[in-house]
Amino acid sequence: MRRLTARCAVREDTILLPGADRAAASDPTGASQPGDLTTELIETDWWSDEAVARAGIPVVDVPFVSVGGGIGSFVTADYLRICGVPTSAIRVLTQLEHPWESYEYLTRVSQIPRGERLRSDSASCPDNIWGFPSYAVREAIADRSLRPLLQVAVEPIFADYYTPRAGHAFASMEKEYHRISYPDMVVKGQVRMVRRRIGGGYFTILTPPENTSRTRRIAYRSTYVHVAVGYPGLKFLPDLMEYRERHRDYGSVVNAYEPHEQIYGRLRAKPGVVLVRGGGIVASRVLQRLIDDRDAHGLQTQIQHVFRTFVTGSHGPNIWMRRRGRDGWAYQGFNYPKSVWGGQLKSRVRKLEGKERADLYKIFGGTNTPVRRSWQEQLRRGRREGWYRAFQGEITAMEPHGSGQVRVELKTENGPQQMTVLGVIDCTGLEADIAEHRVLADLLDHGGAGRNPLDRLDVDRTFEVRGTRSDPGRCYASGTATLGGYFPGVDTFLGLQIAAQEIADDLARDGFCKRLGPLRSTRQWWRWARGKHI
Amino acid sequence: MLPTLNGRIQTRIFLLTVIGGLWTLLISPVLPGIGGGLPEIYRMTFTVLLTTLVLGVGWEFIYHFIQQFRWEKDWPTFFGLITVLNEGALVWVLLVLGVVPGLAGGVPFAAFAILFATTWVLVWLVANGPMRVPFVHWRFRGGRLV
Repeated sequence: MRRLTARCAVREDTILLPGADRAAASDPTGASQPGDLTTELIETDWWSDEAVARAGIPVVDVPFVSVGGGIGSFVTADYLRICGVPTSAIRVLTQLEHPWESYEYLTRVSQIPRGERLRSDSASCPDNIWGFPSYAVREAIADRSLRPLLQVAVEPIFADYYTPRAGHAFASMEKEYHRISYPDMVVKGQVRMVRRRIGGGYFTILTPPENTSRTRRIAYRSTYVHVAVGYPGLKFLPDLMEYRERHRDYGSVVNAYEPHEQIYGRLRAKPGVVLVRGGGIVASRVLQRLIDDRDAHGLQTQIQHVFRTFVTGSHGPNIWMRRRGRDGWAYQGFNYPKSVWGGQLKSRVRKLEGKERADLYKIFGGTNTPVRRSWQEQLRRGRREGWYRAFQGEITAMEPHGSGQVRVELKTENGPQQMTVLGVIDCTGLEADIAEHRVLADLLDHGGAGRNPLDRLDVDRTFEVRGTRSDPGRCYASGTATLGGYFPGVDTFLGLQIAAQEIADDLARDGFCKRLGPLRSTRQWWRWARGKHI
Repeated sequence: MLPTLNGRIQTRIFLLTVIGGLWTLLISPVLPGIGGGLPEIYRMTFTVLLTTLVLGVGWEFIYHFIQQFRWEKDWPTFFGLITVLNEGALVWVLLVLGVVPGLAGGVPFAAFAILFATTWVLVWLVANGPMRVPFVHWRFRGGRLV
């Protein structure tokens, strides 16, 4: 088997960061090249075969196109392959080297390298649609240890939730990637737009890498399109952007989702105060890294931790919906209450429309982090020894303060405060609007797509993008762009698999693939268990 | 597990009938202390299984109520195992009181304990993994099979 891991140096331009040079990600409009988009095409919502031919754009016919190439495309292609679709019927259009590239980039910079554990359930396995054997079982077998099994048996009552190591998830995905011949379906390039075709189906316009095609664009003509483009981009808080732009200081005030090793390096070089902002899992991770470094190198790092919303206890609208919280944090095992991935809350949200749905999302949304015994111990020690202080507040101003330090002014419940810190690590992760992504913006402007109650892409229960139907073709979407729909946990491993299942079921009803009933499912699982290629 | 009430009941009926039924068929002849012929033994063990199933549907309503106090609206794996105690105790008490129809002669405790505990663990293990192999939709539908 070809191994990717060794050369898996993650590109740092994978995710569009604020302030990053957008030219690299945009369509350069240099010298004219044959087979480019014409004004007629750009301005028309529905394209005819003749119009595409007039533009000189070559057409490739394939029944199913997935746009994105991340884990969303991967699990969908995996599902379809298991449902009997041959590789020749699927094309994944992507700029990524492999499906977990973006995900690995984000987890790595936010302090989850391959050896650390993700915030993901044992049975949420992107390499295994059945979730059996789960990561815990596989880890127990590989390590010849009962510990993961015991943990998963008594979680979350007597132990923290079991979560897999990032490296375990990536390595097992890589195995499945080869088992289903995923590379045979991949076409490299940047997708510019998806437009409906007169007569049914869609055209997906790909800009291939330079010097790989005789034309500027290639059109993929397909009955079905699946859009899984991931995060439209990251959005940093305005105060962070303003500080950096005004003072040209990009090293002291950082967002945790961008590379920020320099802060840890400077804290190792000399003692200092660091300000951490945010109450989510990334803040937990960053605190762990700061305290691990403190312990490992005998550092004297002082940690100030500011929460915009400081949670002091259990909270929620009524006795039936109360989330635990303490010391500033809201506690929750995973991104959402667990039953959104299959139980009561999944079933409840599926029936809700409009504001009612948005209101429920609001109740179980909000920033939160899991309770982990090791984190609790570290923070307890920090509070006791006086080097960790958490408080409610908001940053009101930041100024450089000589020798690489930053003067920070805060508004707190006890009045204004000032502090001089060596660095500010902002752990608030805001997602950009879906229209920041070119393909999604085009779907909204020309594809008939609309927005859901949370302002993201409006998809049906089958994950078909509402308003984009081009009979007999259908356009589906999965992943974070669809948050706010009938199923809440979309931006997770299991959420992507649930979307893939809904899409595959819909396609099976349409006759494109086989239905995954008990016999086929068991037979396919047995092939998976033996590592048999399909 | 992430059950809905409907899913709980369906899963209970399916697993106790299929897995519990097969297991009872296999283990009954070797249970200790039961006299009489095979038909008599099977009558006794399948009555215990049926009693567990019928009472279990009632238990599911109680578990569902308890689940409402949980923020995650989940049912931890451990709860699925530990409920062997209350359910087993209730069935045993009813057997001792002689109120289970069709079991006038009583059941030896050792035989009951082995049958009940092994069936329970087997059903619990299947529910926490292998069940997903033939029924790939089951875990996303709150345990519903239909």
